[in-house]
Amino acid sequence: MSISLKKHPMPEQDPKVRAGNFEEVALGYTAELATAEAARCLQCKAAPCRQGCPVEIDIPAFIAQLKEGDPAGAIRTIQQVNSLPAVCGRVCPQEDQCEKYCVLAKKGEAVAIGRLERYAADLAREQGGEDPVSVVREDAPKVAVIGSGPAGLSVAGDLAKKGFRVTVFEALHLPGGVLMYGIPQFRLPKEVVQAEIDVLRKLGVQFEVNAVIGRTFTVDELLEEEGFDAAFIGTGAGLPYFMGIEGENLNGVYSANEFLTRCNLMKAYQFPTSGTPIHVGEKVAVVGGGNVAMDAARTALRLGAEKVYIVYRRSDKELPARLEEIHHAKEEGIDFQFLTAPLAVEGKDGWVSGLTCIRMELGEPDDSGRRRPVEVPGSDFTLDVDTVIIAIGQGPNPLVQSTTKGMETNRKGNIVADEQTGATTKPGVFAGGDIVTGAATVILAMGAGKKAAVAIADYLNEKTKK
Amino acid sequence: MYEILVKKELAPSVKLFEVAAPQIARKAQAGQFVILRVDAEGERVPLTIADFNRETGSITIIFQEVGASTKLLGQLEVGDALHDFVGPLGQPTHVENFGTVVCVGGGIGIAPVYPIARAMKEAGNKVISIIGARSKDILIYEEEMASVSDELIITTDDGTKGRKALVTEPLKELLDGSAPVNLVVAIGPVIMMKFVAETTRPYGVHTVASLNPIMVDGTGMCGGCRVAVGKENKFACVDGPEFDAHLVDFDNLMARQRMYKRQEKDHSDHCEGGSCKCQSH
Ligand SMILES: Cc1cc2nc3c(=O)[nH]c(=O)nc-3n(C[C@H](O)[C@H](O)[C@H](O)COP(=O)(O)OP(=O)(O)OC[C@H]3O[C@@H](n4cnc5c(N)ncnc54)[C@H](O)[C@@H]3O)c2cc1C
Ligand SMILES: Cc1cc2nc3c(=O)[nH]c(=O)nc-3n(C[C@H](O)[C@H](O)[C@H](O)COP(=O)(O)OP(=O)(O)OC[C@H]3O[C@@H](n4cnc5c(N)ncnc54)[C@H](O)[C@@H]3O)c2cc1C
Ligand code: SF4
Ligand code: FES
Repeated sequence: MSISLKKHPMPEQDPKVRAGNFEEVALGYTAELATAEAARCLQCKAAPCRQGCPVEIDIPAFIAQLKEGDPAGAIRTIQQVNSLPAVCGRVCPQEDQCEKYCVLAKKGEAVAIGRLERYAADLAREQGGEDPVSVVREDAPKVAVIGSGPAGLSVAGDLAKKGFRVTVFEALHLPGGVLMYGIPQFRLPKEVVQAEIDVLRKLGVQFEVNAVIGRTFTVDELLEEEGFDAAFIGTGAGLPYFMGIEGENLNGVYSANEFLTRCNLMKAYQFPTSGTPIHVGEKVAVVGGGNVAMDAARTALRLGAEKVYIVYRRSDKELPARLEEIHHAKEEGIDFQFLTAPLAVEGKDGWVSGLTCIRMELGEPDDSGRRRPVEVPGSDFTLDVDTVIIAIGQGPNPLVQSTTKGMETNRKGNIVADEQTGATTKPGVFAGGDIVTGAATVILAMGAGKKAAVAIADYLNEKTKK
Repeated sequence: MYEILVKKELAPSVKLFEVAAPQIARKAQAGQFVILRVDAEGERVPLTIADFNRETGSITIIFQEVGASTKLLGQLEVGDALHDFVGPLGQPTHVENFGTVVCVGGGIGIAPVYPIARAMKEAGNKVISIIGARSKDILIYEEEMASVSDELIITTDDGTKGRKALVTEPLKELLDGSAPVNLVVAIGPVIMMKFVAETTRPYGVHTVASLNPIMVDGTGMCGGCRVAVGKENKFACVDGPEFDAHLVDFDNLMARQRMYKRQEKDHSDHCEGGSCKCQSH
């Protein structure tokens, strides 16, 4: 039997229909599709796919279980190392991770590992199954986890599974980090995130929302007064960057974080049933080319914008967003302006009336190895838009660092932590995820959380021995 | 849950709540604020901490009913609870013995200036307070301000109480007087803070204003609260809310506060029209 060179396509909502709703775009494999796709896997002995997975899921094993019609076994295999499979199956950049190393990728398309992971996780969730049982010991050491994004959630889950008492402190009113406030519903339904957090609750993890560490409590207070024996900081990269160009404070200019938070966390798309308004003009320019930019652009479209541009200063080859999202955005009619950089936001009566840009061309490679965009003299022009969303990156939020004694940060304000253990320069305090690496990915944040959980357990076992 | 322990009506559409929030009360300092949500679909509303009681573990907030969220808030009664209450947020006021401090409060801004005046007094300053309102019935916190001030000057736009003047008039007289003024703290409508800044500018007296841009998270994550201060953009929720008033671009702040005017109005009309499904009234 010859193996098909292509992945089984993902059933999806029609682009014309989905551009007007917030329902999930990718509908998920059916049982038939999943079994057929699982059958494409060669079950390689060396399993090169595994080296591309930051949490080292036993990929061939779970795919074999799916092929044999044992999705429950498949999800058990995945969950041994990954607490958020339904999330990762949806948002991981698989083309740069496991699927990049798949032997089939050399001749045709890799096995759709991400879609299979999602299938197993969704099926397990829909079928309910047995609730996990908490093994948390009442006399176990206490760990404070600060921030409830993927890094914090994975530390919390792993430590609770080892019997430690864990409390997750979250500044916002819902746990989940970027998974809740950043990534839109149509890509990652909030119910999916909630369900995975509920599993952690059942494992005995406590959640304290509305707790801003650095303000409501400092890290030192948690350790010295509130009885915690160790702390993990996973506060992410939440500080939005602006461009520093003329007109950036006009009404109608948003950071992508604000735009997405209003929509996802505060449900502004339901205003006035929900209390939070949002402004979406008729024509929107989104500046940037990552996942954040794609999400903002597609959200604007769904909120009723007639025309949405992505303004990106390099070419389509350098777009950092996931391939699938770029593809989806194009299908939905987002207009990509490549090799274009903004110069100024134009205004009228205090509101955005346009975005003046200049065309770029790629010059010599810079430090990052990518060819540096340089301005084409005299090529400036003004895009006719009334909303501008800036998605050029985020930095570390300084709130925890500036209020924690004896913890080193680097020049950019990220926390300095050991790559293998997450240990910071302050004893008993660990850190991981975007707050250490700068804005990265869900799975890398989870990988950092996993390593830190091992190190924290060692630290606590050592400490209680003394 | 954050229970409402005390409710008072200070003036028509100006209400005071004491809310049970021991963790916040333990840490609160003058100049900081909280963010609350009335219910699960509610907006995140920032309000200054008007007072705090570490013993009873309560936070006092004073708010004016201006739009849908604050009106809904005003309908809550003692025993009801707020869905979310987070804080204390923002930088505390920088308090030390400066000498003579003039605290200027306008309208609802008198409430947040009160804990600052009290802290300044406790730090050994001579505190002169100027409080102003449009009219006598909406003048709040007179007794409280009197109790922490060496001198209290009242102004109303219509002359129904105190001097018929804007707060900047007695302020200018103080600046012209023989006794030195070392610091001016102003909280009130943006236009008032702007004119206080213009009044003190020629005298070179350091002036601090507490800004109230539109906020979402209050933790430095959304950038929605950015204000132009000097040549820089600052996030009011984490860098402020207090800034050097001589450097603030008040006109931009006023423009940005109006961002959702139209939507807010539609929302209020929609609620008052009785067709509102969004809230329980
Ligand atoms: C719009 C968007 C789309 C993305 N799309 C993808 C994608 O498709 N695939 C992918 O792999 N990655 C994607 N990413 C990146 C990915 O989401 C992040 O790398 C990942 O979430 C980082 O996880 P984290 O746990 O470090 O932090 P976060 O997810 O940022 O969580 C940090 C949490 O800490 C809380 N916090 C911050 N400060 C405090 C404090 N002082 N006290 C208490 N709590 C605090 C925050 O409120 C937040 O909930 C996207 C990011 C964004 C913004
Ligand atoms: C740090 C800070 C401290 C504050 N302290 C107090 C206080 O102690 N007492 C008090 O009464 N008010 C205070 N405010 C203002 C208060 O947050 C707003 O009045 C409230 O959010 C309006 O909500 P609403 O839904 O009832 O009105 P909306 O219908 O939302 O709006 C009514 C009007 O207020 C503007 N507005 C909306 N949100 C804000 C906001 N966050 N800040 C300023 N204007 C806004 C709108 O553009 C509109 O013009 C403070 C604001 C900040 C940022
Ligand atoms: S590399 Fe590809 S074909 Fe080989 S085991 Fe992994 S998923 Fe299967
Ligand atoms: S309110 Fe979001 S950054 Fe200040």
